[in-house]
Amino acid sequence: MKAARVIVMAVLLIAATSVRGDEIRPGERRSGLSFMTPETQAMQNDDTANPGMLWVLNGDALWNTKAGATGKACADCHDDARASMKGVAARYPAFDKALGRPVDLEQRINLCRANHQEATPLPYESRELLALTAFVAQQSRDLPIMSGTEPQLAPFVAKGRELFTQRQGQLNLACANCHDDVWSKHLAGSAITQAHPTGYPLYRLEWQSLGSLQRRLRGCITGIRAQAYDFGAPELVELELYLMSRARGMPIETPAVRP
Amino acid sequence: MAPALINVPRKAKRGEIIEIKTLMSHIMETGYRHTSTGEVVPRDIITSFTCRYNGTEIFRADLFPAIAANPFITFFTVATESGKFDFEWIGDKGFAETASAAITVE
Repeated sequence: MKAARVIVMAVLLIAATSVRGDEIRPGERRSGLSFMTPETQAMQNDDTANPGMLWVLNGDALWNTKAGATGKACADCHDDARASMKGVAARYPAFDKALGRPVDLEQRINLCRANHQEATPLPYESRELLALTAFVAQQSRDLPIMSGTEPQLAPFVAKGRELFTQRQGQLNLACANCHDDVWSKHLAGSAITQAHPTGYPLYRLEWQSLGSLQRRLRGCITGIRAQAYDFGAPELVELELYLMSRARGMPIETPAVRP
Repeated sequence: MAPALINVPRKAKRGEIIEIKTLMSHIMETGYRHTSTGEVVPRDIITSFTCRYNGTEIFRADLFPAIAANPFITFFTVATESGKFDFEWIGDKGFAETASAAITVE
């Protein structure tokens, strides 16, 4: 009960402050990593203690596993992911010409499966899809995020930003109310971070599993008591795109660990 | 096969105390949770972990519900001779995984 009261108080406190609508200044940007305890940071930084690496290992194996009617593995077209996938995740979500809209890394993997492997798409948040995504994204580790620079993406980044600053749900909160305005404060015991998606898919101790950025966003949207978009919804991809372009220049940490 | 991550120093001096770190992929379902329709989610955990150093058991742990998913087990031992560490995880639903790591003691 006490915890619930604290959350309600915190929410009221946040609701009372006005939306400044100011974006975080480039010099003030911080990865979620810097908000964590030294123990959790150590877990992320040690590849043999980081549970996300278990998915990366899985993904490495899947990369070389033949799938679908064509009997091709990812490696048959893309060769060694260490070379071919380097920097790829740092550019996603990226514009897909055929669809005429941005797709995130999970959707790209499933498009590849459909078009080139003639395989069934992997369900969102399945171990296989998370493993492949984590494996591909890990090849971009320490590289700066470059998402959202393509000119065709501009309207979608704008839509994502609109969603980020749009008050919604029963609590009538926008993402920006917490993540732009009061990121230095706490919501109950947890740090409110700046919402820079530098390490997805990441291992959340609360989830006891790896999870995608869309899972995180859906959790947040449910938290403000709004109706969460379905996995793969265009709105979620636009939000992902805006967040990634907002974090442009920050290094990829995949697979990150968060509390 | 469930992947495991093992961290054993490749080299050590004789008599040196070394740290061994192991991370095993497992959901560790407690058996205390229910589905939305009220059925119990059956327990599925690792129940035992063993480490052998050149055949001799040097560490053993029994695991129970309430241990987090993907259990991370670390412990120390004295490097006595070159050889091999063998790790074994045993669990519910016939779960059995092994891994090994070599060490050179100078």
